[in-house]
Amino acid sequence: MHPILKLIAQRVALGIMLLFAASILIFAGTMMLPGDVAQQILGQSATPESLANLRRELGLNEPPVSRYFSWLGGFLTGDLGTALTNGRDIAESLGSRLSNTLFLAFWAAVISVPLAIFLGLLAVRYKDRWPDKLISAVTLTTISIPEFMIGYVLIYWISIQLGWFSSVAIINDGMSLWQKLNAIAIPVMVLTLVVLAHMMRMTRAAILNVMQSAYIETAELKGMRMLSIIRKHAFPNAIAPIVNVVMLNLAYLVVGVVVVEVVFAYPGMGQYLVDHVSKRDVPVVQACGLIFAAVYIGLNLIADIVSILANPRLRHPK
Amino acid sequence: MNDELKYLSGKVAKGLMTRREFVGRAAALGVTAAVANTMLAESAAADGHGTPKRGGMLKIGSSGGESTNTQDPALTASEVPLNNLRCWGETLVEISPEGEIEYRMAESVEASADAQTWAFKIRKGIPFSNGKDMTPEDVLKTMQRHSNDDSQSGALGIMKGIANMKVDGDNFIVELDTPNADLPFLMGDYHLMIQPNGGMDDPGAGIGTGPYTIEIDEPGVRHAFKRRDDYWDSENRGWADEVEQLVLNDATARTAALQSGQVHAINRVDPKVASLLDRAPNLSVQSASGRGHYVFIMHIDTAPFDNNELRLALKYAIDRQEMVDKILRGYGSIGNDMPINASYPLFDDTIPQREHSIEKAKEHYAKSGHDGSPIILRVADGAFPGAVDAAALFQQTAQAAGIPLEIKREPNDGYWSEVWNVQPFCASYWGGRPVQDQMYSTAYLSTADWNDTRWKRPEFDAMLNAAKAELDTAKRKEIYSKMGRMLRDEGGLILPMFNDFVSGVSNNLGGWITDPNGGMMNNKAAIKCWVKDA
Repeated sequence: MHPILKLIAQRVALGIMLLFAASILIFAGTMMLPGDVAQQILGQSATPESLANLRRELGLNEPPVSRYFSWLGGFLTGDLGTALTNGRDIAESLGSRLSNTLFLAFWAAVISVPLAIFLGLLAVRYKDRWPDKLISAVTLTTISIPEFMIGYVLIYWISIQLGWFSSVAIINDGMSLWQKLNAIAIPVMVLTLVVLAHMMRMTRAAILNVMQSAYIETAELKGMRMLSIIRKHAFPNAIAPIVNVVMLNLAYLVVGVVVVEVVFAYPGMGQYLVDHVSKRDVPVVQACGLIFAAVYIGLNLIADIVSILANPRLRHPK
Repeated sequence: MNDELKYLSGKVAKGLMTRREFVGRAAALGVTAAVANTMLAESAAADGHGTPKRGGMLKIGSSGGESTNTQDPALTASEVPLNNLRCWGETLVEISPEGEIEYRMAESVEASADAQTWAFKIRKGIPFSNGKDMTPEDVLKTMQRHSNDDSQSGALGIMKGIANMKVDGDNFIVELDTPNADLPFLMGDYHLMIQPNGGMDDPGAGIGTGPYTIEIDEPGVRHAFKRRDDYWDSENRGWADEVEQLVLNDATARTAALQSGQVHAINRVDPKVASLLDRAPNLSVQSASGRGHYVFIMHIDTAPFDNNELRLALKYAIDRQEMVDKILRGYGSIGNDMPINASYPLFDDTIPQREHSIEKAKEHYAKSGHDGSPIILRVADGAFPGAVDAAALFQQTAQAAGIPLEIKREPNDGYWSEVWNVQPFCASYWGGRPVQDQMYSTAYLSTADWNDTRWKRPEFDAMLNAAKAELDTAKRKEIYSKMGRMLRDEGGLILPMFNDFVSGVSNNLGGWITDPNGGMMNNKAAIKCWVKDA
């Protein structure tokens, strides 16, 4: 077997084991939280009778271990079960939430990744001159401001004062692609501003590191233009750390945007997960947690493989 | 609005009285300035563009919705699902903004002389949205679903006193264990939406007799409704062709949506921004003083709170006016350590108001002989809006009286299961009930499940039962007055303030009225208001 295929197989197997471990952790974690789903559903209006009735109906009187294994059995056969709180099919509601999250993350990534890399290259080209300083100052400022604050500021100016885009980013299947993009315009801007700096700075640092090398000096002496040197010689050698950071930010765009979802009332996974954690709805928390873990593990796997492929020494081991 | 206020606001509208005079007179009647101004705006509106308009899409933005919500009335506990219920369902009776019984599925009600047997005459020919006519059997099944042994209903508590229910011709008969003159008010509870076969087949189907049917049901995101052509009361409700409710839990997202015209009304405007929001040209902030209240509750059976001198010391140590000014920003009124205020029928306004007094607090604290160990007050942000700040204010004024109050901050998550009704001293809130009897029965009867101050006094229970059976209102008022005074002077309840319901309403929305029964016109804004430019 080709060593790279073998490596990928190993990583995937490891990933599956990690997911299994994550599912146990999530289950145990939800069990440790105070109160159970019946108490959370009934809240302040709980009476002992209604609690007991609800617990019996939801099967909460079973011991936790047997509940975990019955869930695992269902999961392995492709049945995510139904939410304890509202009896809806988890796969169905999760599906639309997940596709919304991926939709937002996709458009934020489509704008922010090329922009960050381009700005990074530009910063290297004009190192220590004003464009470099301006790019760093602006992106570092936006990453330092909490994302809900950026959200509010953009809502105030773009939505309320100028009236260009909607402040409510609720999308649904009945909307055309254009309407959807219109609805998510401000959240995409916020997310772009939040993830830009990290990727931009890493691009800049990685390329500057490579720029110290002797072969760059050779290229310069050959008389190549600065931007072509960066593009042809420096960038391919700096790709591994950049991909790593890009993947981390993509993962963030999928799993870490609950604050942005709340500010714009966006129907994504984050809000869905938070609602169900606060209601102790274990099957939903399990399903969401596993998807988030899978996204993280998957993107890191891709980052690893790309950095191996990008490095001839790792690609052709002795 | 009571008759006197109606008369006064009419005078202002006619120019016979100034706005300032009106607010002053209203304050004398126990109405806050914020509410008085709202009343004026209404009576001005009633003079002008008051004709309802059909059509269009009415949009509201609400907090209090989660992706875990269902359409099952039994499990409804927050505002978004409650707004949904009002769109598709109706109860036997409703409580009008004036505090009177408004007949819906019942067309009349009659009590036996001892107020122990009640007959609700059910209207005929009212179709459910599935096409079938609503019958007294459906009513019976509904009530059974909320009261039987398997019930998970939030209304289970109020159904307890019912001994027997049956159908007799067009009548739905309720027989009680003990007489209760307020039974019709209990039947107005929002959980008790009449469903076909009582909702036993599919409780969350959203089929009822209301003006709208569910088109889109995405819990935690949005709910959309379409008007029914066969709605029985279309002369009075269900003006818009479509209703859409967006779930906007973030306060800033809600106000932004209202300001940018994406919704016609929002609930729970943060008092901190209410006066700023009111300055915006295209909308107004509407407040309704209600029966909801914010409280600090002590278990009177647990040391050191089993000592009434200490309880009195704490009650005198709290500065109620400061709380109303700083926590509610004027959108509320001061409390008097009893859960009843002027919004309730049969309220006795001669009960003296407890004033903040450092001297009296010191005096009672010295008498209590407390050993000086810290008194721990547990709070969380979720206990009520501004609870942590209110506790800090309380701590300061208590310190001035030499009372060592210590605040322990608890997580919001799990607060209602781990702290409230468990720990001996904590912050909480009550939504209020339509009548005094229900409020006292819910939380101050010895046997009440939610007796969160552990108030167990046989003589209090006896008075409550006597008042229930008393059909003479003067005598009832006297009994309630005694109960109120007793609770105020001996109870474990520190009640600094009654909060107003504060909503934001676009100028494009017609038909807004103040309703003390709940926020967003007792959650009927979507079915009773109309879109002006529809």
